[in-house]
Amino acid sequence: MITATEPVVAPKTYLNAEYGAKSWLLTKDHKRIALLYLVSVTLFFFLGGIMAVLIRIELATPAGDLVQSNTYNKLFTMHGILMIFFFLIPSIPAVLGNFLVPLMIGAKDLAFPRINLLSWYIYVIGGFFTLYVLFTGGVDTGWTFYTPFSTTYSNTYVTATAIGIFIVGFSSILTGLNFIVTIHRMRAPGMTWFRLPLFIWAHYATSVIQILGTPVIAVTILLLALERGFHIGFFDPAQGGDPVLFQHLFWFYSHPAVYIMILPAMGVTSEIITTFSRKAPFGYSFIAMSSVAIAVFGFLVWGHHLFVSSQSVYAGMVFSVLSYLVAIPSAIKVFNWTATMYKGSISLNTPMLYAIGFIGLFTIGGLTGLFLAALGMDVHLTDTYFVVAHFHYIMVGGAIMGYLGGLHFWWPKITGKMYPENWARVSAIVIFLGFNLTFFPQFILGYLGMPRRYHVYPPEFQVYNVLSSAGATVLGAGYLLPFIYFFWSLKYGKPAGPNPWNAAGLEWQTQSPPLPENFVITPVVTEEAHTFSHREGVEVG
Amino acid sequence: MQPKQLSFLPDQASSIAGSVDGLYAFLVLVTAFFSLLIAFLVVFFAVKYRRRSDDEFPQPIHGSLLLEIVWSVIPLGISMVIFGWGASIFFKESRPPADSLEIYVTGKQWMWKLQHMEGQREMNELHIPVNRNIKLTMTSEDVIHDFFVPAFRTKADVVPGRYTTEWFRPTKVGQYHIFCAEYCGTRHSGMIGTVYVMEPSQYEAWLTGGGAQGTMAQKGEALFQQLACVNCHLTDGHGRCPNLVGVFGSDVKLKGGATVKADAAYVRESILNPQAKIVDGYENIMPTFQGLVTEDGVLELIEYVKSIGAKDAANSGTTGGSTTGAPAAVPTSKGPPPISPTQTLPSTAKPAAGSMK
Repeated sequence: MITATEPVVAPKTYLNAEYGAKSWLLTKDHKRIALLYLVSVTLFFFLGGIMAVLIRIELATPAGDLVQSNTYNKLFTMHGILMIFFFLIPSIPAVLGNFLVPLMIGAKDLAFPRINLLSWYIYVIGGFFTLYVLFTGGVDTGWTFYTPFSTTYSNTYVTATAIGIFIVGFSSILTGLNFIVTIHRMRAPGMTWFRLPLFIWAHYATSVIQILGTPVIAVTILLLALERGFHIGFFDPAQGGDPVLFQHLFWFYSHPAVYIMILPAMGVTSEIITTFSRKAPFGYSFIAMSSVAIAVFGFLVWGHHLFVSSQSVYAGMVFSVLSYLVAIPSAIKVFNWTATMYKGSISLNTPMLYAIGFIGLFTIGGLTGLFLAALGMDVHLTDTYFVVAHFHYIMVGGAIMGYLGGLHFWWPKITGKMYPENWARVSAIVIFLGFNLTFFPQFILGYLGMPRRYHVYPPEFQVYNVLSSAGATVLGAGYLLPFIYFFWSLKYGKPAGPNPWNAAGLEWQTQSPPLPENFVITPVVTEEAHTFSHREGVEVG
Repeated sequence: MQPKQLSFLPDQASSIAGSVDGLYAFLVLVTAFFSLLIAFLVVFFAVKYRRRSDDEFPQPIHGSLLLEIVWSVIPLGISMVIFGWGASIFFKESRPPADSLEIYVTGKQWMWKLQHMEGQREMNELHIPVNRNIKLTMTSEDVIHDFFVPAFRTKADVVPGRYTTEWFRPTKVGQYHIFCAEYCGTRHSGMIGTVYVMEPSQYEAWLTGGGAQGTMAQKGEALFQQLACVNCHLTDGHGRCPNLVGVFGSDVKLKGGATVKADAAYVRESILNPQAKIVDGYENIMPTFQGLVTEDGVLELIEYVKSIGAKDAANSGTTGGSTTGAPAAVPTSKGPPPISPTQTLPSTAKPAAGSMK
């Protein structure tokens, strides 16, 4: 389908301002860098997804009949590493955040455009290390790299993987640094802190975690590589080291890293819920400050990963109670989103379906966290499929629903094209159903006692595993749909116009796709964020 | 293979299982309540306030402090109840009763080795009497493992270089899974076993029929001689190393004035890393036995040192002596067996530095 009226002269956009590979690979435009990230994280998402498919096929039967144990161990390890470090952590900040943070605050670009490009190159170099590991033999330590297995006993490519993760961490740090400086220094006139869109608050909180937490994983992974290469003895009990020390250092970053993944998705959800309810957020400052609270409390709960690791009983008590405190700001957000819909004008377009899906899955993910933070309960549940189900509800049900919701919401802004709405609604529903069918049975499996990372398992666990594998098939099909119709829309999609949703942010007040310099004249902000009214220049494609 | 039926709970076979399941039921209710509440509200609002015309711009509602307080304080209150409930179960799980039957566990890629005080050794199987407190003292020869029995609702990591403990009181005769729950390499999912919970009389029969070659303490004594510990650790107090009689469970004065409780971890360290703590009045002359004695052997040596230890060693949370021949239902009450050279193993007994295989 081709639009009826071909424009005589295509308006200048960031997409057509320059042509050629060089114009992309040396770009300093945050929007083009966002697209570079979009392509790279999508590649890693599908690589990680292929491994998930293989894992679920293997687990459809109790016996280890598809791959060997070593291969299976490499599959779940690479699945975790690719999905966490190369997809989930960069996904929303580096793609949507990169594209939108300057647009939403009325800036021409991020504060450090060259550093922004550098962060992508660092990501790519880290990615190449990981691809090298993937195609030369893999790594089998689990994405958690617990010592002394990773330092002494694994004979796979641990060091190369560690270097890849060490490197990619710097891209995360640079993105966070860029956002913080940009949000502090480059807000348009009138854009006060409490007029910032909630997406910006979420990214600000995320950036704080990225720059404070990521150096810790960098140091930890460096210690791991040194120990493996030179037997220094940080984590080796035979040399007076402590293997559990590694777990403390690892989770000091890796628990807050969960909030790096989920906070931006919460920011996306806040934008979508307000836009498709046409209503200012209920409790703006509570939603904004709960993002900050999650970032702060998130650093104080790492020990809840170590309840059975021989940590002292009293340390366990402290980490348990702190873990409940971090649950409160999450609850506040869910209640405020729901209240925002009250007396709204609600349209169930695709982004809203994803956002509602996010609320549902994140609520279940969050509430099952209450099980795991309870000491006596966690002793039974930790290291079982209950944990696997819980964190997939947060990271796939939460973060990926948020990412896809955001991608659908801003796709018209990014590309200037509309995707086929009905197909997109189908994708949101299929993903929601497939997700629940995949992961809900795993809660039951976990309580029944099936440990995670098991290649073969006792036959009584098969029913739930078959359900889960069937769900994964549906989920996989659901993920392929947007991949197809997004491509389709690039050529055949209707022109979107500057503001197809009648949304409120500054990013909707410029053309779609935006100019290279974002705004013709710097906007002046005179009202609160998320104020909805009839707007000038609204065209519905 | 056809699974038996759709089940939602594993067997409930320990004294703690009921209380864990109780908390679980409460948590499931809380989760169901809030999930359904949110789901209902979202769907209800989406239908009731659906957009009827594209010109609708509803009045903004900026919030309500009262509501914010309500939906912060109520979840906080519920959370604190769950916290207290979980912590109280955890306290119970973390404190092995003093009358526990002690069993030693060594994890090794990819098998479980278990030793009873009476000398029986098992691999990937654990035979225990029903309705008796069981305390596992565990360590690993290589990587971190985790001893998990879903039917008992308990697990604990098995960490190289330290002793961790886990206890339970089986309440139902039967066979239950042992899983390694901490990923440990290639055959992690093959590091499984079975707990056999038996009637006390059956357990007695099993104990005596197991072909054990002496108690753990006796094996430890043999090892003590074989490794030539006996040459320096004289019992008359004139040796080059401390006399170990009466040491276990007592406070040992160290060079420099500090004191340390002589527990299993201290004995282990003294064998594998003797320079770490030097007893007051002695020289740093003992070589390390790292690599010369397996973790199983160290456990046997500890049992031996315990058997010649202080009278009140039982107060340190580790019961002394052996229960050979005692009715299983009766807590350990006999003193340490008399130690005499005649109790050392015959030379055919192959006390090969404590290795099992």
